[in-house]
Amino acid sequence: MTMNRQGRQTAGEAGTEPADRLDTFTGNRGLRIEEPLIFEYGRERETGVDLPAGSEEESLRLGGLERRKPLDLPGLSEPETMRHYVRLSRSNYAIDSGIYPLGSCTMKHNPRLNEAVARLPGLSDIHPLQPVSTVQGALELIDTLAHWLKVATGLPAVAMSPKAGAHGELCGMMAIKAAHQAKGDARSIVLVPESAHGTNPATAALLGYKVETVPAREDGTVDPEAVRSKMSPQVAALMLTNPNTCGLFEPDVIEIAKAVHEAGAYFYCDGANFNAIQGRVRPGDLGVDAMHINLHKTFSTPHGGGGPGAGPVVLSEALAPFAPLPWVVSNGEQGFDLVEHAAEGDETRPFGRMTAFHGQMGMFVRALAWMMSHGSDGMRQAAEDAVLSANYVRACLSDLMSVPFPDHPSMHEVLFDDGFLYESDISTLDIAKALIDEGFHPMTIYFPLVVHGAMLIEPTESESKASLDLFVATLRDLVIAAKRGDRARFADAPRYAPRRRLDETTAARKPILCWLPRRPQADAAE
Amino acid sequence: MRYLPLSADDRAAMLHRIGVGSIDDLFADVPRAAWLDGPVDLPAAKSEIEVERRFRRFARRNLAAGDAAFFCGAGAYRHHVPATVDHLIQRSEFLTSYTPYQPEISQGTLQVLFEFQTQVCELTGMEVANASMYDGSTATAEAVLMAHRLTKRSRAVVAGNLHPHYAAVVETTSRLSSHDTVFLTPTPEGGEDLLSAIDGTCSCVVVQTPDVFGHPVDLKPIAERAHEAGALLVAVVTEAVSLGLMVPPGAQGADIVVAEGQSLGNGLNFGGPYVGLFATRQKFLRQMPGRVCGETVDVEGKRGYVLTLSTREQHIRREKATSNICTNSGLCALAFTVHLTLLGGVGLERLARLNHARATRLADALAEVPGVEVLNKAFFNEFTVRLPKPAAEIAEALAGKGVLGGVPMSRLRPGEGLDDLLVVAATETNTDEDIDVFASCLKEVLA
Repeated sequence: MTMNRQGRQTAGEAGTEPADRLDTFTGNRGLRIEEPLIFEYGRERETGVDLPAGSEEESLRLGGLERRKPLDLPGLSEPETMRHYVRLSRSNYAIDSGIYPLGSCTMKHNPRLNEAVARLPGLSDIHPLQPVSTVQGALELIDTLAHWLKVATGLPAVAMSPKAGAHGELCGMMAIKAAHQAKGDARSIVLVPESAHGTNPATAALLGYKVETVPAREDGTVDPEAVRSKMSPQVAALMLTNPNTCGLFEPDVIEIAKAVHEAGAYFYCDGANFNAIQGRVRPGDLGVDAMHINLHKTFSTPHGGGGPGAGPVVLSEALAPFAPLPWVVSNGEQGFDLVEHAAEGDETRPFGRMTAFHGQMGMFVRALAWMMSHGSDGMRQAAEDAVLSANYVRACLSDLMSVPFPDHPSMHEVLFDDGFLYESDISTLDIAKALIDEGFHPMTIYFPLVVHGAMLIEPTESESKASLDLFVATLRDLVIAAKRGDRARFADAPRYAPRRRLDETTAARKPILCWLPRRPQADAAE
Repeated sequence: MRYLPLSADDRAAMLHRIGVGSIDDLFADVPRAAWLDGPVDLPAAKSEIEVERRFRRFARRNLAAGDAAFFCGAGAYRHHVPATVDHLIQRSEFLTSYTPYQPEISQGTLQVLFEFQTQVCELTGMEVANASMYDGSTATAEAVLMAHRLTKRSRAVVAGNLHPHYAAVVETTSRLSSHDTVFLTPTPEGGEDLLSAIDGTCSCVVVQTPDVFGHPVDLKPIAERAHEAGALLVAVVTEAVSLGLMVPPGAQGADIVVAEGQSLGNGLNFGGPYVGLFATRQKFLRQMPGRVCGETVDVEGKRGYVLTLSTREQHIRREKATSNICTNSGLCALAFTVHLTLLGGVGLERLARLNHARATRLADALAEVPGVEVLNKAFFNEFTVRLPKPAAEIAEALAGKGVLGGVPMSRLRPGEGLDDLLVVAATETNTDEDIDVFASCLKEVLA
């Protein structure tokens, strides 16, 4: 191998090797392998793909636009490629290897049945623009999933195409804007509670709305009077997460919806936390006009290291006519049709199109397989187990850690703040990093922003009691150590992860975003 | 229920520890008016065998591309994906992890993203790339918004030969965010005049190459004209494999390059999930949307990777963010990167040549069918034919003979007098026999 490691992995002046650790010749430590970048294998003329021998055209018909400079990308043989990525994978934490209690992310078990059915050639090897007569099963599947989503949420329509949660938010807010425009009503303000996820205000701003914040009550929930006092003919919508990002069900949600509707505005619900209530509450019964459903959260399509997600949006009667193209219609005996263009004289008034094709079909298959496996009884049980597990974790920790909103039961996630650390010089971040050394993925930290040093724990329904007990016992031990002032246990954490704490400040100040062969600037600085 | 580990005894013990009598007590905040006493009206739980059987039934009602002579493209392409790719993306540690919020235990995902960004830069000829977008169409809409921010103008000019669905996504986003957009009319024969549409009021011109009819577009004069007018060139590529053989947009003066990356590593999947590529110039970095991975060191001085420049993003900036995007298309980006690592630059070029050669052979075969006119003088792996009958009818008739023979332009742009046009693609997956079958079936259905 001709990889260039010299002066690279020890770049900068940071840190010295702890004395208790012996250096190895390779830099590896047992199963923990230091893996270079593919570009450092340095073999430009290699390829790991044998293509069929074929007539490679002598004269190109590219209109004179052929590449002049050959691509400077190394190729690796198949065994090298396999080994490279398997080694990289081993420095990742994953649900399959342990509890992943990342609040607001719903990291639940990903059944492999769903992967298997998503790979049936009749579902994976079909083109989005094949004649619709040749994809009747695909359209039936989308229609079936749409039905399940509508029944589960108690809303009459669903836009299937949004590609992720934030894309679903955009879709819902576009429908709201289109509905106001259709009435000739140019409203300019969107209300967002202060505990909202950052995508909510970002989405509203993208559509040109001015964002106004609704403060939370002392108990972490939204006061309908606070909403009512903010209402005006200028308010287009309220974007509310329910259960909210503090893990609480908004007890006055129906009252809030009423206040919104009375002012001629719409109620957008962020459905990120639908896992807590599926089968127990239908958002349609709460007065919701639009809500995205993160199929990758509630319905367990794999998170894939950060996507792909899927974010279908259920819509009320008022917003249904504005749903974006395309959609599937069932013609009974005649099968299914796909509406891809607005037809004149139709009562629908689609606001437009969110994406090139029909949405995240691969995710639809997996989500529907999850729903059919659970059935309506299992979906309700999943929500109950998720809520039970979060409250169990809370009950086991609340004598040691601080619960900022003790007046309400938690839903599927429990929020702590860092009040219990005030006497120590240990931070939320330190607790998270020490959990890594104990073999856990930490909880969500510093979100939501409404409490100081937030720790948001979402165990999901996938954990056994034994798993929860070990997590709780570990956290208790860490908190006791923190209160005792056992600084050493935290300051250097994580010590046993593939990397120790990384310098994020320099990464942002002097961004290095791709590999460069000799990187002249950096070398000059060294 | 096989996915739920808690037993009835566990549940009882946990309720006891919490100090409540029943699970209902934990839902006490739910208003009575919305309280459900039992499950919603959907079927009950099913065993693995039953679910599998149901999905086989869905699958059987579709004609899989692999079971047909297959020539559809128009933004989604059927390439051969090495078995290694699908194995690697199903590694638990890639498949069931999330956004690398804790970089110390996410270096696998982060290093992959760093490799991905580097590959995207090299392919497109640009200086910086993000960690991916949802797909090519949404990346295009984001590119237009970025151009508005950079130029402080709000009027985009969109080529008539941009994929109509991409144009629709740009149109929707622009209209609902109160921006002005000029959509030119399509030029199926190629040679679209974009220069006269660019003036000092526009933020960007959006051009696809090869365009939706398959014509490669010389971006250089367009970039020059755009830059003279103080506007940016947004180049769109829907077939990433073309970059193996064609001059990259970055070398022709593009300021933002967006692409659909599905062709590498990702199957057709009826339109999604796919992976959007997004690349730009270093100087525009702070206005680039989406996640970005950067290199740094840990406290021991070891090289490592983190998500960075998050001050552009919604979770920090909220309503002032560059975009509302939160996730990327991580696993699809991994598939892209593994496939491209296997291919290498040499392999990608060879693959691209093979695609071009297949398409050349196909074009020559179809040109000999009576009544069929190939519109393109130049193309990569996709071109447009004019038929003596409505293309949608012909596509349907061909499907009846087991040939998925391309995408009728009327499917993408109905009612615009383009009904006789069929967009046809060929890739390395097509054999000589496929091509002969297509040509002879086309002859039959036209007869």
